[in-house]
Amino acid sequence: MIVRKESIPPGPSGEAPSETFVLNLGPQHPAAHGVLRVLMTMDGEWITKAEPVIGYIHRMHEKMGENRTWAQFLPNTSRIDYLSAMHYTHAFVGAVERAAKIEVPPRAEYVRVITSELNRIASHMVWWGAMLADLGGLTPFLYAFDDRELILDLLEGICGARLTYCYYRFGGLCNDIDDDFVQGTRAFVKHMPPRLKMYRDLVTDNIILRKRLTGIGPISAEMCRKYGATGPVIRGSGVAYDVRKIEPYSVYPQFDFKIPTYPECDSMARYLVRMDEMEQSLRIIEQALDQLPAGPVMGKVPRVLKLPPGDYCYAVEAARGRFMVRIVSDGKDTPYRVKLRTPSFSNLSLYEEASKGMILPDALAMMGSLDLVIPDIDR
Amino acid sequence: MSMTAAFQEVYSGFKSLLIGMRITLGQFIKPVITVQYPRQTLKMPARFRGHIELVLDPETGLSRCTACKLCERACPSDCIFVEGAKREGQKVKSVTDYKLNFTTCSLCGSCVEACPFDAIQFSKVYNVVGFSRDQFSKMDLVEQLEQKRKEWKGPRLPPPPAPAVTPAPAAPANVAQSSNPKTP
Amino acid sequence: MRFLSLEPIRILLYLVGICAFVGANAAYLVLAERKIAGRIQRRPGPNEAGYGGWLQPVADGIKLLVKQVMVPPGTDGLLYRLAPLMVMAPPLICLAVVPFGEDLVARNINVGLLLVFSLGSVNVMALMLGGWASRNKYSVISAARVVSQNVAYEIPMLLVVITMLLATGTLNLNEIIRQQAGWFWHWNILRGIWTLTNPLIPVTFVIFFICMLAETNRAPFDMAEAESELVAGAFTEYGGMGFGVFFMAEYANIVVGCSLATVLFFGGWQSPIGILSGPIWGPLWFLGKMYALIFVVIWIRWTFPRTQFYGLLNLSWKILIPLSLFTLLLSGALITLTKLL
Repeated sequence: MIVRKESIPPGPSGEAPSETFVLNLGPQHPAAHGVLRVLMTMDGEWITKAEPVIGYIHRMHEKMGENRTWAQFLPNTSRIDYLSAMHYTHAFVGAVERAAKIEVPPRAEYVRVITSELNRIASHMVWWGAMLADLGGLTPFLYAFDDRELILDLLEGICGARLTYCYYRFGGLCNDIDDDFVQGTRAFVKHMPPRLKMYRDLVTDNIILRKRLTGIGPISAEMCRKYGATGPVIRGSGVAYDVRKIEPYSVYPQFDFKIPTYPECDSMARYLVRMDEMEQSLRIIEQALDQLPAGPVMGKVPRVLKLPPGDYCYAVEAARGRFMVRIVSDGKDTPYRVKLRTPSFSNLSLYEEASKGMILPDALAMMGSLDLVIPDIDR
Repeated sequence: MSMTAAFQEVYSGFKSLLIGMRITLGQFIKPVITVQYPRQTLKMPARFRGHIELVLDPETGLSRCTACKLCERACPSDCIFVEGAKREGQKVKSVTDYKLNFTTCSLCGSCVEACPFDAIQFSKVYNVVGFSRDQFSKMDLVEQLEQKRKEWKGPRLPPPPAPAVTPAPAAPANVAQSSNPKTP
Repeated sequence: MRFLSLEPIRILLYLVGICAFVGANAAYLVLAERKIAGRIQRRPGPNEAGYGGWLQPVADGIKLLVKQVMVPPGTDGLLYRLAPLMVMAPPLICLAVVPFGEDLVARNINVGLLLVFSLGSVNVMALMLGGWASRNKYSVISAARVVSQNVAYEIPMLLVVITMLLATGTLNLNEIIRQQAGWFWHWNILRGIWTLTNPLIPVTFVIFFICMLAETNRAPFDMAEAESELVAGAFTEYGGMGFGVFFMAEYANIVVGCSLATVLFFGGWQSPIGILSGPIWGPLWFLGKMYALIFVVIWIRWTFPRTQFYGLLNLSWKILIPLSLFTLLLSGALITLTKLL
């Protein structure tokens, strides 16, 4: 059932009430979004206008890109969206490799795919737990983090860091994976399907959650296209747009995986897209482990990297949508411009139009289903 | 909604609630996952990144660092300050002063990769604690190396003579300089 | 010792005992909730204050007591101070008629059941007054929500109680328990099935339980305290012990609700196996059943997300009321039929 303002009949005088007040969903909230401020003009319980105010965590990554050498910018890439850090590093490293025409050995490409997909699962775990915590079910958050610990331990074993990995280098990886990682990842791939089934029984099939999410927050494909929303937002509106299939990069063409798409356009569709994506990521990881070639993990890279002048870009499918890096080089050892096109910025921009006339708890459920990470918006 | 569909929804909804409750009860009777730190600790993986430290060469008992400043140049956050001086009879410099500003270090590992002599490595220390901010913003790695050298069990070479005193140049803005250069 | 058997002294001792029981329950049910929540989430819960965390409620109590009790300016002074008292008083009074053992009841009134449910409405009024007196428009809005939620769920609750009344034929709580003597299949929840007086009594119990969760504002129906975290809650302007009293009253209401469910459906102080009854075993059975129901209440809270406000009202008006009306009519029809045959 969709409750919107238009369906409420006007009062006896025939006009809608004109008294509105502004509710400030301040930069600090108990909901786990980050420092996002939303100025909601409300008429009773209904939102007439929801204006997001961003910039509270603007750290000037793009400016820092202009003052650091190509290699010195790598730690920054992990910190743009720290929940899916591998994807962002992949995009930057891919852009530089495309510009300098550096060959990446196949083993490095496969390991990049494995670690990226593990990171995608970890990011979706955080989304799942946080969205349910928003809705009032505080327990699945802990279960999700229990599984996420396994991923983080695996990635800590190969690169030493748990969140801001900085694992990829121009031309490959900083160090090779070991047998513990391969065995651990295979064990993880076996461990996850029963857990995903548990999540389905506990949460997805739960009548309360279904009532909370079905029909809530409809975002049409036309609105997604208008605002440039990508990722699970557009896939939940029926459009099968995934950078891994539309503009394949790395070794993704070697794998057989589906793009989950649901046509219903509501919060439940976006939820189901992400749950299915986790299963597809497990499939990709399994195939990559089976096909993993032996060999070096680092290609030939000149000692001091100077890119030929020009404009280069590289897009990846991050956990939240399409992340694209555009680097402009003028031949020096620092970039002239690093432009980061982040998915959460576009996903948030449709919030104002989509939440008109919604009731407040539904608007918050919709915001949870958009999977916003505020450092991603503000960079 | 028709009557049968409504009844079916109520029935299936109620059943989904019971299934959910069974799952949480199953988790209730399972053991606790929490590692009760500090009574229990975890084993850190071999590649864990703690703050960096100077490597004690097992043969000579000295650091391999020649103060070439490649790590200082590679660091994106300008948190390394390294100075060195030539000792008598040596062709290359040895490090006299290595200060790490751990408050700005992002643990990226560029310094470790940039070093051509394998003179620095990650230390695997995860529970750093200190009594003053200086212990972190001016982390003295040469002194930490001296501490490790005291426990070193290799053949003890006679300590080389003290280096000629050279005035240390001005430090970059965010790394403070110690007042007395350390002697090896 | 003879003066101890005087009626006023006996009642006074009982009331002191009830206050102590409610106080201890309020304090340690908080700890139980946190520990159970922790274990459901695979973590230990509070375990640092005292061994296993048993001193945690003491620490929380001390913290609340030493906070400055301030009355915000502009609030309605009398109502602001009165609201916590009005929230705490009804559960204490209700427990005076609940029989913990065969002879362990403060005052066994013949209309005990009626007393309990009439006092349940006072709770609603107290929350409304608390929200109103806070001079905070968000408190008023959320207090209004609580009132509509409570009113909506009182109706199925009372219909369910009337259904049970048709089965038991008396409002006297101790008498209701005495009718359930024997083994566990003589308890009201199962008796209707095999005596064919009303095979839908388990459904009645489920409806009663859901209504009890909604009346006490527990998840998944806790709009008043949690959903409005973004706006405010009905209790925002209360600090220190004022808030503590609201909190204690919530747990006291849960105790009353669960003890009533035990009395009506599970045989109160009757033993499930026929033996092991008596003046000591009776209260132990009663408390055991009551705490088992409280465990279920806590378990439900930490399993499900919150419903929306209109989902909550839909559940009450469109599902629970027709269902409880149906069980009432069925019960009446079956009893008339068995009388005719």
